[in-house]
Amino acid sequence: MSKANPDGPKRLALIASKGTLDWAYPPFILGSAGAAMGWEVGIFFTFYGLTLLKHELGAEVSPLGNPAMPMKLPFGPESMQKIEWPIPTALMAVPGFNGLATGLMKQLFDKKGVSTIDELRRDCVDLGVRLIACQMTMDVFGFTRDSFIAEAEIGGAAMFLDFAADADVQLFV
Amino acid sequence: MTVLKADKTIDCSGKLCPAPIVETSKGIKQIEVGQVLQLIATDAGSLMDVPAWARQTGHKLIDSRQDGERFIYHIERTR
Repeated sequence: MSKANPDGPKRLALIASKGTLDWAYPPFILGSAGAAMGWEVGIFFTFYGLTLLKHELGAEVSPLGNPAMPMKLPFGPESMQKIEWPIPTALMAVPGFNGLATGLMKQLFDKKGVSTIDELRRDCVDLGVRLIACQMTMDVFGFTRDSFIAEAEIGGAAMFLDFAADADVQLFV
Repeated sequence: MTVLKADKTIDCSGKLCPAPIVETSKGIKQIEVGQVLQLIATDAGSLMDVPAWARQTGHKLIDSRQDGERFIYHIERTR
């Protein structure tokens, strides 16, 4: 029952504008959940979100600029795992810290039973979620059609708005 | 406790959102209309998500129960 088609399924339109590991989750989780409920789903990947359509996902996360990120160990004795480690901001800028934080977040998510970004993206593809790459930001950042997985479509602002205009839910991530 | 018959079982133990409903949506397509899918999950979020999934898809949540740390759902495919 999208606005355009009262007999059709509901429609969800998402914009994914960020390409870090933490912000890669919401669009793929909401997209796969919507599609799992029988909704028609389209995700418009723009700016740094474009990188989530690359063949090899290299999304990382940085605690720098994310002051509320809980820094916890995904391993070790339970008492240690509960501690939120106070990491000095200067240390977050040390080369290699992003890699460390990314590794820890992936371990933590895996241990808790969250699918990887790769798996969630595969679920989205399998469930028929439309993955739309923004042509303008592709040109700006030098991406080509070949930069992205075969399932990606390419579109512009008007194409996305045309899809979103009839959506029941529209979200910007 | 009545024993409910299921035509197919999906075990999502240990997996968090959105795995239970993604797996349920795949599983429901693998049974016939009128048949019953059993979903086993440990994700506490499934308590809210599975009924919401049923409301949105129109499939019938016949039963939900808790067995220790496991949540067990029976869903009938309606269409």
